[in-house]
Formats: sequence, structure tokens, C-alpha cells
Amino acid sequence: MDHRRPGIRPHLTPARRLDLAARHAMPAAVTLALLLLATAPVGLPGQAQLLPALAMVSVFHWSVLRPIDLSPPVVFVLGLLADLLGLAPVGVMLLSLLLLQAVVLRWRRTLLGRHFALLWASFAAVALAASALDWLLFCLLSLRLLPVAPMLFQAAVAIAIYPALAVLLRGLGRLIADPSAG
Amino acid sequence: MIRLSIPTRHALARLMLPVLVAASFAMMLLGKADAVLAERARVALGDLLSPLYGLVAPPLMHVRDTAQELFGLVEMGRENARLREENQTLRRWQAVAMALDAENTLLKAHLRWVPDAAVSFVTARVVDDAGGVYARAVLVALPPGHRMTRGRIVLDAQGLVGRVIQVGARSARIMLLTDLNSRVPVTLQNSRGRALLVGTNGPRPRLMYWTEGTEPSEGERIVTSAEVGAFPAGLPVGTVHYSASHVPEVELVADLNRLELVRIFDYGLEGLRPADPPRAAEPAARDGEHARR
Repeated sequence: MDHRRPGIRPHLTPARRLDLAARHAMPAAVTLALLLLATAPVGLPGQAQLLPALAMVSVFHWSVLRPIDLSPPVVFVLGLLADLLGLAPVGVMLLSLLLLQAVVLRWRRTLLGRHFALLWASFAAVALAASALDWLLFCLLSLRLLPVAPMLFQAAVAIAIYPALAVLLRGLGRLIADPSAG
Repeated sequence: MIRLSIPTRHALARLMLPVLVAASFAMMLLGKADAVLAERARVALGDLLSPLYGLVAPPLMHVRDTAQELFGLVEMGRENARLREENQTLRRWQAVAMALDAENTLLKAHLRWVPDAAVSFVTARVVDDAGGVYARAVLVALPPGHRMTRGRIVLDAQGLVGRVIQVGARSARIMLLTDLNSRVPVTLQNSRGRALLVGTNGPRPRLMYWTEGTEPSEGERIVTSAEVGAFPAGLPVGTVHYSASHVPEVELVADLNRLELVRIFDYGLEGLRPADPPRAAEPAARDGEHARR
């Protein structure tokens, strides 16, 4: 609700409103694009694990940098979409993404502006925990003890792609920022 | 937009997460209880996305192919070295083969060797792999007016398949080596011992009655023998493989499960002709040997 703050700002014409909306929708749109890209017919090895990994990286990144634009309802919708795009039972990734975001929002102030290595390490911890939660939910939903290896692989993929993707997302965030938010 | 007071908004924001978590649990239960619903949602989403994927697939494939080509270039050097080495080995073997060929010609000349007659063959398409009184037999199509006779030898691209046992106006039936009634005299290539290849209706025929002292050894090559004048000598049959119960069986080189085209050779052999197949209509003729398993 920035427009309530005192100060001089340009008149909100429809075009400007649209521009602002687009800028605010960017994190969700980027996450959506990543999800679609992960399920696109590329034929990469380990592509099944790429979807949750990309979702985790994107949600983590935007929750740290732009929590306003990636609110829990948006994460809910994205998580549901990720569940439907992937082959996992519905609701698993949804829940783990929501909880991941809740954890990140709680620790956000300590994470902001810190060294990249700390950010990466915290992402690693969060990704591992989220993958463990995924595994637990899978086991509960299928009433069987499933192998742990795919879960570990998923976490490893997420941790491995984090640096490159974080740089990319940060660049995007700077490029399509909300100028009035400062 | 509804204007809410700041405390209300804060309370709503705090309530949002538990509500959403509860909703995700509800989704999980719903997906578990009604799997069809989740499937339908997935299908609908897939329908929605398939044009998009169709649009992005060609450029993505192009990128992937280019990357693979680049990797291939890196690999090519190693591949080249390997091929060069292999080529050298093959060249050596070629020299050996040519020397042996020359020696063979020389020896044959010394021995006044009577050369084998050139054989004629026809290639026919397998049209059916069931029917008739034999369990393991195939039917090949022939043009009308053919001059096929019983007892001709059938090979596929790799090795011996069987013999022609019935000839019709437009077709011929071939009994495969695996049939229960198939008996083929063979030679063990290493020991030059003789044996009989006996079909079992299973995938691997058995070796029986080998000459004393020449027990077939594992992996030994088996070729036909000209023993009774039914087969020419030296057609490739297969390799010896001992089963779990220590019975010597033969892994056939011909792919009998996927016969498509076979070559039917006329070696002009007047030796042992295959017996007339028993007539299926007569129950008396259907003794244990000829009945289908």
C-alpha cells in the first residue's frame, strides 16, 4: 500500500497501473515460467527432480527479496500448479512450499543483505528440510516406506542450481523492479 | 476495494498461513480420496499446456541437439583413436585371413579337392507362425508355380532355422529347430565331435548322443554335419550353453522368435527326407511325439 505514504507521485493512469501490476506480478510469473520450463519436453536426465528444485529456489529467493509480491495465496496457487504438473500426489509440494515460505519469512530480516554464502547455506538447510517433508508426506500418502535417494537427489539438485538461478533471479528483480517502492 | 482497518488486516495476514496450510492438507486428502478428480485436473492442465509445449519444443530440441553435437565433438577424438586401433587389429586379421585363404586354395589344389556345387536359394516371407500339427513351425508364402520340395534347408540372416516339411501350391511349412520332432545332426566345432540337436518345444534345443570323449564345452560353436545326407556340413547353428540342471543346450544364432524373411536353400540333398507329417484328423496318429505340448 505504498500509495498511502505521503509524497509526490505521478497520477495513476491506467497504463501506469498496468505497468505496476506487471512489475508486482513478476516474481509469480517467473516462478510459473520456471515450473513450465521444468515440465517442458526437453528430455533432460533427472528432469522429474528439477520441478520441485526450481519451485523451491524461486519461492525462497522471492520470499527473501520481495515477500509482498509472492504472498502465501500466490504460493498456494503456484504449489498446486506444481503438484498438478508433476507426478507427485496433489498437495505435497503445495504444503512444503508454503512451510518453506513461512520459515523464510520468519528469518527474512537476518538473511537480508548478508553474504551470499550464508544465503546459500540457509537455502540448503531449508531445501533439505522441505525435501524431507516431501518424502514423509509421500510415505504417509502411499502408506509405504519409500526410498530416500530420490528425495536426497531432489535436495541436491535444488542446492546445486541455487547459485546460478539466484544470480539470474536477482538480475531479473533489478531489471523489473517497482520504481516507486524504492 | 474493501477498506479494512489495520488491526483487521494484520489479523487476516496472520490467519492466512494456517488457513492455507489447512487447505493444502484438505487438497491432499481430496487427492487421496478422489484420485479421478486429481487425474482430471492434470489432464485438463495438460490439454491447456500442450499447445505451449508444442511451440517451445522445437527450439528446445534444437538447443539440446546442438549441445549434444558439441559433446559429440569432444568425444570424437577418443572415438577416432579407438577406431584407429580397431582398424589396425582388423587389418592384422585381414592379413591372417588372406594368408589362410591362399594356403587353403593351395592345399585344395594339392588334394584335387572337388569343390562344393553352387547352391541356389529363394527368399520367402514368413506369413504365419502357428498352425499345422507341429508346435514350432512357420508358414512361408511362395509364388504359384514354384518348384519347392520337402527337405530343403531354411536359414535366416544368421543361421539355421529348420527344414521344409510340407509344400503346398502357394505356401510351404517349415519345422523349426526348436520343435519337439526336430532332429539335426551337428558337429561340435572345437572337438569335431558329432551329436544330435533335439528340439524340446522350448527356446533352446538340447544336445544328445555326442560321441564318447567329446563332451560339448560351454560356448562351443555348433555347425551342421553332413552325417546322413540331410544337411550340408558347416551351416552355423548356435553355441553350447549348459542349463541349470547341467544339460547341454544350444543358444541358436537364428532369431526364431522374430522370423520375417527366410532363405530356402536347395542343396540337392537326396539323403534323409523328413517324414510325412501325421494327419491331424486321425487320432491314432497323434501319439505322444507328434502331439502338441
